Amino acid sequence: MSLADLTITDAAAGLRAGSHSSVDLTEAVLERASMTEAEVHAYLTIDREAALDAARAADAELAAGEDRGMLHGIPIALKDNMCQRGVETTAASQILAGYRPPYDATVVTRLRDAGAVLIGKANLDEFAMGSSTENSAYGPSRNPWDTGRVPGGSSGGSAAAVAAGSALGALGSDTGGSIRQPGSLCGVVGMKPTYGTVSRYGLIAFASSLDQIGPITRTVDDAVAVLESISGHDPLDATSWAGDYPDLTSEIDAGVAGKRIGVVSEFAGEGYEPAVTGALSHTLDQLSDAGAEVVEVSLPTVELALSAYYLIAPAECSANLARFDGMRYGLRVDGETTEELMARTRARGFGPEVIRRILLGTYALSAGYYDAFYGQAHKARTVLRTEFAAAYEKVDVLMSPTSPTVAFPFDAKSDPLSMYLSDVCTIPSNLSGDPAISVPVGLDGRGLPIGVQVMAPAMGEPVLFGVAKTIERLAGFDARPAMVEELA
Amino acid sequence: MSVGWEPVIGIEVHVELATQSKMFCGCAVSFGEAPNTNVCPTCLALPGALPVTNGKAIEWIIKIGLALHCEISEWSVFHRKNYFYADLPKNYQISQYDVPVCHDGWLDIDVDGETARIGIERAHQEEDTGKSLHMGEGGRIHAATETLLDFNRAGVPLVEVVSKPDIRSAAQARAYAQTLRQVIAELGVSDARLEEGSIRFDANISVRQGPDAEFGTKVEIKNMNSFRSLEKAVDFEIKRQIAELEAEGTIIQETRHWDEEAAVTTSMRTKEGSSDYRYFTEPDLVPLVVTPEWREHILSTLPELPHQRKDRYLALGVDTQTALALSSADTALRSLFEDTVGAGADAKAAANWITGEVVAWMRRESVDTIDVDSASVAEMIGMIDANELSASAAKEVLDGILRGEGTARAVAESRDLIQMTDTGAIESAVDSVLADNPDAVERYRAGEQKVVGFLVGQVMRATQGKADPKAVNGLLREKLS
Repeated sequence: MSLADLTITDAAAGLRAGSHSSVDLTEAVLERASMTEAEVHAYLTIDREAALDAARAADAELAAGEDRGMLHGIPIALKDNMCQRGVETTAASQILAGYRPPYDATVVTRLRDAGAVLIGKANLDEFAMGSSTENSAYGPSRNPWDTGRVPGGSSGGSAAAVAAGSALGALGSDTGGSIRQPGSLCGVVGMKPTYGTVSRYGLIAFASSLDQIGPITRTVDDAVAVLESISGHDPLDATSWAGDYPDLTSEIDAGVAGKRIGVVSEFAGEGYEPAVTGALSHTLDQLSDAGAEVVEVSLPTVELALSAYYLIAPAECSANLARFDGMRYGLRVDGETTEELMARTRARGFGPEVIRRILLGTYALSAGYYDAFYGQAHKARTVLRTEFAAAYEKVDVLMSPTSPTVAFPFDAKSDPLSMYLSDVCTIPSNLSGDPAISVPVGLDGRGLPIGVQVMAPAMGEPVLFGVAKTIERLAGFDARPAMVEELA
Repeated sequence: MSVGWEPVIGIEVHVELATQSKMFCGCAVSFGEAPNTNVCPTCLALPGALPVTNGKAIEWIIKIGLALHCEISEWSVFHRKNYFYADLPKNYQISQYDVPVCHDGWLDIDVDGETARIGIERAHQEEDTGKSLHMGEGGRIHAATETLLDFNRAGVPLVEVVSKPDIRSAAQARAYAQTLRQVIAELGVSDARLEEGSIRFDANISVRQGPDAEFGTKVEIKNMNSFRSLEKAVDFEIKRQIAELEAEGTIIQETRHWDEEAAVTTSMRTKEGSSDYRYFTEPDLVPLVVTPEWREHILSTLPELPHQRKDRYLALGVDTQTALALSSADTALRSLFEDTVGAGADAKAAANWITGEVVAWMRRESVDTIDVDSASVAEMIGMIDANELSASAAKEVLDGILRGEGTARAVAESRDLIQMTDTGAIESAVDSVLADNPDAVERYRAGEQKVVGFLVGQVMRATQGKADPKAVNGLLREKLS
């Protein structure tokens, strides 16, 4: 087994036991990338020299007894919508081709402070809009389990890197499922924290009220380790939670005995692959056997969540992406007037899905339509939150498939609506702001990974991780993509 | 112009707050620096940057709201106002829409001794834009060959104060603007300088036939850079609209530009079918909460404002016009007044001397500020009361005080201006004048009353002008009868 396939937990233990160095880990990951990238294309940028410098620095510190914790010396990938000083950051858009931010996102600062080794910038759907990375202006990433299939999205590059061994862990961002769905499709853990607990400062915004950064890792413990280092109040983000934060590990080994688990009854039926619903039932049976009480819970408003999301997210993005006008940075296409310059720059710089959502959002906010669209969507969001809150009066966590399907072939969902349905199970947690996680539990008949989703109330990370870890243990999922098996 | 037209005017005022840092980032608020030096990821709208509300700016808009007798919203929100413009980095302005921090207040203004109460619709918090510098062809946008952008001003806290359409004349419009500027300046929350654009006025004007008619179509006018041009522009626009309507034309809803040189308003753009700003709640910021405790605390820090000061001066016995002038006079004059009264002078006399002779002296000497010992002014007033100084002598004493020649008494003595109060000395001067002018005495006794004037003059000459002419007059008549 290559060092590139270690969990963060094991790699960290090995660093302290002297069985390998951070340079060893980093070199293993870079070597893996050199073998897989031509096929997987998980990265837009790999910063080899900077990564090795950081690894050497981490080794020196650890040797000197300066231990920054679990991520110290661990190679981590960043989704390319997080600003890293001096490193090209494009959000997979032509409009930011060549753009090098003059500052670090707060999560980047926190990863540096934790001693992590930043390997590079992972691919995504342009501006995180999509569920397959097919919307990347720089070409899609491919699923390491089957390179004829998508890795999911929008954090598909991050998930593919973790699955392929070209990073031990990664950061993704999740606006409607963009961490969890690719996590599920790539057979790794993807976790969206409670809104406000991880700073958005330096995250290129898609939909500000929904965006949340979180970890993509191989295990639940690894997700806890990454989240611990990136979460916490940030005065640079006004929506950052300034109160107390729970101890993420307080229930990690508590098991599920006596826990009440609600299964969302709306997330089943047409469009759900039998293997996916089967995997969920099997997991629920295991949890029940382990002492949990499994009950059905109906959340009728989740049926409206997708519609509400596709009004709120485009509305916010129509303003968030207005700053890309060719004036101050990024692509500029000249014109006779300022207006023409802006229009041409945007027409050339944005891809079709981004333009579709900007137009959708602009329309939803326009005079005469606001009440019918954006206003109604907000009402639905409020009702949904109330429904979730009521459900959590009765159960500790809610569960569902993460994605209705396993990884799908490229071009299989060229119709935007069918693509949007990929996120039907994940979107509600973004609208409610609550934490949720996808845990891999098995493979379908074709050998493609399947994940299940656990959702918890806001600040319910401890119980979320406790249940997720139990699922992980019961599933005993240890399969790896064939390409990794061959290389390892 | 036919009788019966009534102008209806509302004024929007943009006030740049003089906070240390910008509205949503830590960049300095500072003017006249090299372009694009006070900028950061947030105010340049770099990808990923986020706004954080400046608490001091919120404290200051609440101050403004309280000074304008507004209700303060315990809970308000920021909105995004979306429009594309090169000097607006995010291509949306963070502003407020349906729930401003301050609403429903009023401001009293005085025009020709009449007080009018102008309603305040709202005061909301927003941020300023950058500046476009059009290069070549005289800096006009349409002919410019190049446009440079300076973002130093982008994100500077801006408070917009919107009046109700309660203003009825150009003179009132000017008085409203001046009074509001005075309040803002005294709160110390803005430089409040028109020439530097730290306070800017737009006026919405319509006319209607009498106070009970429906509002007419309104026109917004911009680019008034002084109170005088505001008054002239409003006056011009009122007349233009009346002329249009009387020619049986109609008023187009539009924005018009005041051309200072030509002294006319010209059409900038029509409002019909214009911008839809697509306001929606700013998701990067949380709602603004103003606790009653915070509101009370800010209220307790408000300085005395002009209208309160005017009332206090009236109560001290100052007459209305003088109280009005003095209450909005600059700080140096006001403290001179307060200190002079504090030193024991009669308030009415002190106010009259300061708003009259002191101001006239400053104008004559072309000075903006004075450094004067209030005790000397009080002493001078005391000497007038004690008949030691005549009115004309007092003016000279004041001149000496203002020139720093010493106390009132010292000036009066060195300039030899003290009035003779020794009745014995005056009496002997009268006696010798009567003795020296027997024919004048004759003529008076023969009924020629006016000869007294001549005799008074003689006595004044004999006393080198230091005798009180009234006392001399009385004494002469007594001796001649």
